[in-house]
Amino acid sequence: MQSSVPSFYIEPSTRWPSLGLRELWEYRELLYFLTWRDIKVRYKQTALGALWAIIQPVFMMLVFSLFFGRLAGVPSDGVPYPVFTFCALLPWQLFAHALTESTNSLVASHNLITKVYFPRLVVPIAAVLAGLVDFVIAFVILLVLMLLYGIVPGWQIVAAPFLVLLAVTTALSIGVWLSALNVQYRDVRYTINFLVQFWLFATPVAYPSSIVPAKWRALYGLNPMVGVVDGFRWALLGKPESPGLPVLVSVIVVFLLLLGGLYYFRRLEQQFADIV
Amino acid sequence: MSNVAIRCEGLSKQYRIGSSQERYKALRDVITDAAAAPFRRLSRAVRNGSGNSKSNQDQLKAAQSAIDNSYIWALDDVSFEIETGEVVGIIGRNGAGKSTLLKILSRITKPTRGRARVHGRVGSLLEVGTGFHPELTGRENIYLNGAILGMRKSEIARKFDEIVAFSEVEKFIDTPVKRYSSGMYMRLAFGVAAHMETEVLLVDEVLAIGDAQFQKKCFARMSEIGRHGRTILFVSHNMSAVRTICEHALVIDSGKVVAQGEVNHTIDHYLAQFSSQSWIEGVETPTFSLHSVEVTSERGPVIKTFDPVQIRVEITPKTEIADPGLFVSVLTMDSRRIASLDLKDFMNLDPLRAQQKYELGFRIESLPLLPGNYQLEIHLQNSRDLIELVPQTYRFEVAETQVYGGRQLGSWFGNVGLKAQALVPHQVAEEQLTR
Repeated sequence: MQSSVPSFYIEPSTRWPSLGLRELWEYRELLYFLTWRDIKVRYKQTALGALWAIIQPVFMMLVFSLFFGRLAGVPSDGVPYPVFTFCALLPWQLFAHALTESTNSLVASHNLITKVYFPRLVVPIAAVLAGLVDFVIAFVILLVLMLLYGIVPGWQIVAAPFLVLLAVTTALSIGVWLSALNVQYRDVRYTINFLVQFWLFATPVAYPSSIVPAKWRALYGLNPMVGVVDGFRWALLGKPESPGLPVLVSVIVVFLLLLGGLYYFRRLEQQFADIV
Repeated sequence: MSNVAIRCEGLSKQYRIGSSQERYKALRDVITDAAAAPFRRLSRAVRNGSGNSKSNQDQLKAAQSAIDNSYIWALDDVSFEIETGEVVGIIGRNGAGKSTLLKILSRITKPTRGRARVHGRVGSLLEVGTGFHPELTGRENIYLNGAILGMRKSEIARKFDEIVAFSEVEKFIDTPVKRYSSGMYMRLAFGVAAHMETEVLLVDEVLAIGDAQFQKKCFARMSEIGRHGRTILFVSHNMSAVRTICEHALVIDSGKVVAQGEVNHTIDHYLAQFSSQSWIEGVETPTFSLHSVEVTSERGPVIKTFDPVQIRVEITPKTEIADPGLFVSVLTMDSRRIASLDLKDFMNLDPLRAQQKYELGFRIESLPLLPGNYQLEIHLQNSRDLIELVPQTYRFEVAETQVYGGRQLGSWFGNVGLKAQALVPHQVAEEQLTR
């Protein structure tokens, strides 16, 4: 009669816990609700509401177009500079926002962590996913902008969803490390803003990756966002012409980062409730 | 299969003390620690080379005790079994380890040592309204909170109307909860939690919410859940609640299980530790030596409302007393007199001889005092008109029990318990009213 009732063991912390992906799957509804909450709450009690999702990238585009495009004369692979940079700003903002949110997510939900059991991975994942709504809104603006400049995306646009997924996964692969680290060392909270700013300039957002000297290319390519941004530009604007290699490097780097991050997270997870 | 729902074997949990202010480390500390480590090792090596082995051992011992001092065992080798369908109250003083035990069983934190096996899905209610978001409406929060507590969306949808009705917030269900009164907020939060359908339910001190009616509703709900064959662990300081809801009790003290058994018996013995009901220090009045005063229940180690109770006083007169008397009053802690007894109303005492020990006293058929602290005031009479007040009162406690239903009675209820029943309500005929 009790055959359907699951039972489980409670044991001391282990050095090498399992990844717990099956349990994560069992808690997918919680993931859904936490993501939904973050989206729902984001623009509550703001006068401009979801307009904020547009204002930020648009203003950055204007600033970049003025300083880099007009004044500094940075090349843009033959594409009008505003479209060139806005197209990169979308995946970049998605990544930057997701990374910041997920890094702070565990500490922000310490009241959940100390009172209820669930796989803690749900928290940074939900924080990352919630950023997708902003992305979709801004994406519409990109399409309008392209239309104004008379640019029509080619067949490559089918690759765009994959690249969006890669941007999100990149943010998560670093977010799991930093969110867990942030539980133990609050220094991370102060480092993250600086890190994101620095990272922006190490990514071809305001400039094309072609201006990076060839001898630095390999090192530069290790930044997974290079592949993401180049890939996304290619999907929408067809430039740069062959981003296959950077995207592949990106995928590999992200996979390794994510795997390591998951183990690190699972190991630290066992003490979250005690130290958060 | 065995029907053990929870089995703990040597569960222990160690915490660092003094870490509550700075629970997380700053990276700076780790860096300085790491930088200093090679030097420590070096100086240890130097000492090992030159110092004798005895001083080394002393150092080791000192280091060991330093470690012992900065850590505390919140749970220390706890083992017990709870059968499926049992409703168990966990009692003990603050900091005894009750909440730590629930946190381990609900998998929020890991034990340092030992293991436990839990049979069935676990729902834990360590706090009311965990994860409620003030900006979301009541409806949205029901779904969010339900998901956090581990309920499926379909399950929440099925129970939705029941939860809303239970919480009595129908009118405000689409209002953000930040506009709720604290009472409404609590009711809704408990409403969601009360409809979890897990086989094992862990509840930590959350029933003391809302007004009297709602508390009663919560109790009823808990008892109902218990009757449906589900296992409940219930931590509370409210003894009357534990007595009402639970069949068994587990006493934890300093991280150890010190007693386990039938609820009333266990609680009585637990409470008896703290409330001494007898006094043996001698007190002198001009004509008497008072040796001891004792207030005891005939039913157990603690005094409870409506128990048969005895009050006994041991005295030795210093001279012969021709016309002795004993006058005992029960006072509240702020010295209002509630009741008095004069031995002369019950019997004519023979003269007492000098230097002889006598025991005098009363038996009260049913003590009508509500749970709380009281004091005894004693007068001894050495002749028809000379009454001596014993210059000391004796504090005793009526233990918490369920007097009316089971909720905790506040001081506004007064001090006297009444054995009462409600009249059966009936409709009054119309002509009687219009008469």
